[in-house]
Amino acid sequence: MSDNILDVNDLKTSFFVEGNEIKAVDGVTFNVPKGKTLGIVGESGSGKSITALSILKLIEDPGKIVGGSISFKGEELTTAKESRMRQIRGNEISMIFQEPMTSLNPVYTVGQQLRESFKIHQGLGKKEGTKRSIEMLELVGIPSPDKRVDQYPYELSGGMRQRVMIAIALACKPELLIADEPTTALDVTIQAQILELIKELQEEIGMSVVMITHDLGVVAETCDYVAVMYCGKVVEFADVESLFENPRHPYTVGLLNSLPRHDIDQDELIPIKGNVPAPDEMPSGCRFAPRCPFASDICATLPDLETQEDGNDVRCWIYTDEWDGEEVNVYDKEHSS
Amino acid sequence: MTKNTLLEVEGLKQYFPIKGGFLGRTVNHVKAVDDISFHINEGETVSVVGESGCGKSTTGRAILRLDEPTEGKVTFQGTDVLALSKSEMRKMRSDMQIIFQDPYASLNPRKTVKMTLIEAMTIQNIGEPKEREQRALEIMETVGLQKHQIDRFPHEFSGGQRQRIGIARALAVNPKLIIADEAVSALDVSIQAQVLNLLQRLQREMGLTYLFIAHDLGVVRHISDRIIVMYLGKIVEMGDTKSIFDNPQHPYTKALLSAIPVPDPKNKSERIFLRGDVPSPIDPPSGCRFHTRCPFATDKCRTEIPVLEHKDETYAGQHDVACHYAIDIQEGRHKPTHEMKNVRKVLDEEGQDIAETKEELNQR
Repeated sequence: MSDNILDVNDLKTSFFVEGNEIKAVDGVTFNVPKGKTLGIVGESGSGKSITALSILKLIEDPGKIVGGSISFKGEELTTAKESRMRQIRGNEISMIFQEPMTSLNPVYTVGQQLRESFKIHQGLGKKEGTKRSIEMLELVGIPSPDKRVDQYPYELSGGMRQRVMIAIALACKPELLIADEPTTALDVTIQAQILELIKELQEEIGMSVVMITHDLGVVAETCDYVAVMYCGKVVEFADVESLFENPRHPYTVGLLNSLPRHDIDQDELIPIKGNVPAPDEMPSGCRFAPRCPFASDICATLPDLETQEDGNDVRCWIYTDEWDGEEVNVYDKEHSS
Repeated sequence: MTKNTLLEVEGLKQYFPIKGGFLGRTVNHVKAVDDISFHINEGETVSVVGESGCGKSTTGRAILRLDEPTEGKVTFQGTDVLALSKSEMRKMRSDMQIIFQDPYASLNPRKTVKMTLIEAMTIQNIGEPKEREQRALEIMETVGLQKHQIDRFPHEFSGGQRQRIGIARALAVNPKLIIADEAVSALDVSIQAQVLNLLQRLQREMGLTYLFIAHDLGVVRHISDRIIVMYLGKIVEMGDTKSIFDNPQHPYTKALLSAIPVPDPKNKSERIFLRGDVPSPIDPPSGCRFHTRCPFATDKCRTEIPVLEHKDETYAGQHDVACHYAIDIQEGRHKPTHEMKNVRKVLDEEGQDIAETKEELNQR
């Protein structure tokens, strides 16, 4: 029995559009240790949200999981029946989404929406459900929960709505919470409240979290481990301190160099050149090679995600014996841009 | 460096009427911007920061008269902008351009890059008609687009490239001042860095002045010479970038800075949590507008509106703050009335009461 609550292995999710296969998630491997927070970070189109939806099997036509395995507490989810998935969703694995307004139903009160999950998963009646709903609202720090429970989503502010979403997601005390950009639509002072809230609740309930974000600051503050995704693949997997102190993949280094910091003075930003390739122009070798300042001949072949001596993984030829280019220092700023 | 004032804003107010009630009369106003004053020097980058609804975008739009300001004075190179007629204002806009947040929504999807750029030049009567295409090509090169892309439509470009088209359009008319309204917010970091570097290079080469409207303080620190912090339609603090980041004086600025996640897992600095949300600008709090969320608030803050001024002679002209207790707080003479440590239990007054009753119950 592993200590991981979730093991994702070589997951592949594709969308079939007009006879073409678009590989949104293309062989993603990571694991979430029990009680820990894994960050999945990447830019738009890297496949991080599709990875999250795949775990809960919420991919709709024309998308399909075409390969790999998702093991939740040893149970294989890719082959699980829909009826089993319904038991898992909301009960054992919960998800919160980016936009709290669109993921709450505007015509039902907060209480009705909270009661729904108690009714479905625990068979609670209206009276008991309302009582538990008020408790949940209090837990997520909503003032006067007995009044708020009868209000509609439009009567709440953005931060308050996101707290309601968290209350619904945590109603059945899930073992795993998937948070897909939970604070992206919020102002920083509200973001700070929400992130702190998730952290506090995590300690209280003892759940594991998958935090999907594009914000490296959020990653540094909340995560224990990080998977960096680029074009549907994990390019680096590391514990959070190593990732920021000793990033290995040229893409990770590029991301950190591009980031304007509010906490220190920087002379100049070093952007990554070019753009993310379009899905139909995806290079067959390393996906990052066309933008990589160190790319060499061997990069025309796809490298594997290989474990390094410190236990962290990186998908780059530079860290293998087969590397054919000159010796490189990925932190060499002259070389990039 | 020149210290000529390019733009001067005095007592700017922007109230939006709320229609309703009997026969759709104006029942109230949203006080989006409420009496703000500042200036921008030539060649400078000034940033306006704040959370949603603080009035930063409204300020930018009011300066260009995209929305007619309710009150106040805007002077651009000695000309009173608000007194100009419509046609005079149109001419004036060749000196003052704006770049918007969403480059897709602000470009005409049925016009190619060439048409977009030439249209801007035609309206402002820049150059001879025959030369305009050549000029369009030059500008495209300046902003880092390929010449062969000139006949393409906006949908054929990526987000970062579209933002470059937005910048090219602004540059096409030789502006002096560019108002960048969240110009890089919608972009991924690797692309955002490209566009930020481009903006800085253009400033060096063409002597542009920027009014940068943004919520991302990392971006702001990187690009600005001076910073204006707004809260609920008022300026709460204004000063040199270094001074604002190293020595924030207003409790709101402090909270804002401490709320940003730091991309360094080893940095676990103390965080100041604010209570609740931003109040409605329809009926803003009396006195200091921040008092409802401020841990240092007293009765004075509830009644007296603080003046934006330098509190310390060493900061004269460099760093102004609108807080009654800025100096007292700094020197430790004025302590917070409550501490925000455990967010969940002390979100606001009511939340606090609940926490207390709960504790009482536990003790019994």
